Amino acid sequence: MLDRIRRPLERLGHNFIDGVWRIGVMARFFGLVLASSGTSFNRFRLVMREVYFSGVLSLIIIIVSGLFVGMVLGLQGYETLQKYGATESIGVLVALSLVRELGPVVAALLFASRAGSAITAEIGLMKATEQLTAMDMMAVSPMARVIAPRFWAGVISMPILSMLFSAMGVFGGYIIGVVIIGVDNGAFWSQMQAAVDFRYDVLNGLVKAFAFGIAVTAIATFEGYDAPPTAEGVSRATTRTVVTSALTILALDLVLTAFMLRGE
Amino acid sequence: MERTTIDLWFGAFVAAGFAALLVLALKVGNLGAERAAQTYRVEARFDNIGGLKVRGPVRASGVLVGRVADIHFDNQRFQANVTLALDKRYQWPKDTTASILTSGLLGETYVGLDAGGDEKKLAEGDRISITQSAVVLEKLIGQFLFSKAQEEPKK
Repeated sequence: MLDRIRRPLERLGHNFIDGVWRIGVMARFFGLVLASSGTSFNRFRLVMREVYFSGVLSLIIIIVSGLFVGMVLGLQGYETLQKYGATESIGVLVALSLVRELGPVVAALLFASRAGSAITAEIGLMKATEQLTAMDMMAVSPMARVIAPRFWAGVISMPILSMLFSAMGVFGGYIIGVVIIGVDNGAFWSQMQAAVDFRYDVLNGLVKAFAFGIAVTAIATFEGYDAPPTAEGVSRATTRTVVTSALTILALDLVLTAFMLRGE
Repeated sequence: MERTTIDLWFGAFVAAGFAALLVLALKVGNLGAERAAQTYRVEARFDNIGGLKVRGPVRASGVLVGRVADIHFDNQRFQANVTLALDKRYQWPKDTTASILTSGLLGETYVGLDAGGDEKKLAEGDRISITQSAVVLEKLIGQFLFSKAQEEPKK
């Protein structure tokens, strides 16, 4: 009887302590990555290679998703705005929701599942096949050679992808709103320009994307480095990267938005 | 330094990112048209500015002729002091009237300018002396009710 109560409690406590432990280890790992990123900048070619893999190869999914998200926003927005006779505001609706929120957040979610999972799997597999240990034996720091370049590549790629996502989304909204539905072209752009402030909206979106880039790649590299060196361990770490990244992005978005929008 | 395909891709990627930022800044955002226009600043005092905000529009006959540059409360006169940045292309007589208006029923609050007949023109740092405050709906309703109550009941 007593055992039945004790077991779940024990498991709960164990999970909690384990979670706190992981946060501590992750913070130390993050510090270590920052400390050993000198090589990434001295040999920038390493970072560029990773930007190619995590950024350039994500372009297709980012551009196509951005276009579709913008189109859907245009259609949905038109449906509602039509009731109030304010269909010209469709540009404002599409641009503001993309630049402030959807651009950074959806691009980061896509980036986490497209590039973050790949980073985790790659590093995890390198660890499982003892490539990282071999590097250490040759006095090549895996932190500086493998992990830091991937981290910085993500930090560089994420804002660029987010901007592309937003720009493509606005273009998608333009296609639906102006080309297909036939909202006035001049009103579409002029209302958008009157409502979107460069510093307040666009740059804040860029700051968000930057923060998400740091969060996603820090999680992805850590999970890979921390993965148990087995097939199952790597697969679990990859899953955990996507789940943790998604939750972190959304939670971080709430915090950043609360800081940025002060109800002007 | 030798060139590799990665360099090309990296360059194209970063260039695409900057291009997107430029589109967002100039086409979507407001960085394009407004910085180009040269402005001069004039001040105006209002008893009540209603919902006027910094960067709000200044219109004359419905045409955008400037922006609200700054709003602060004057603690000596207990009035709102509004700084307007007016487009250099438009010159205004000294006795121009500035009023706080609202576009439509739910629209944004803006400053409306009505030209006077003075020969002299407003210059940088001048003050618009004739102003009209925002209409406060509650006061209007209050006045209406008050005057209704005073009316003689019809027989």
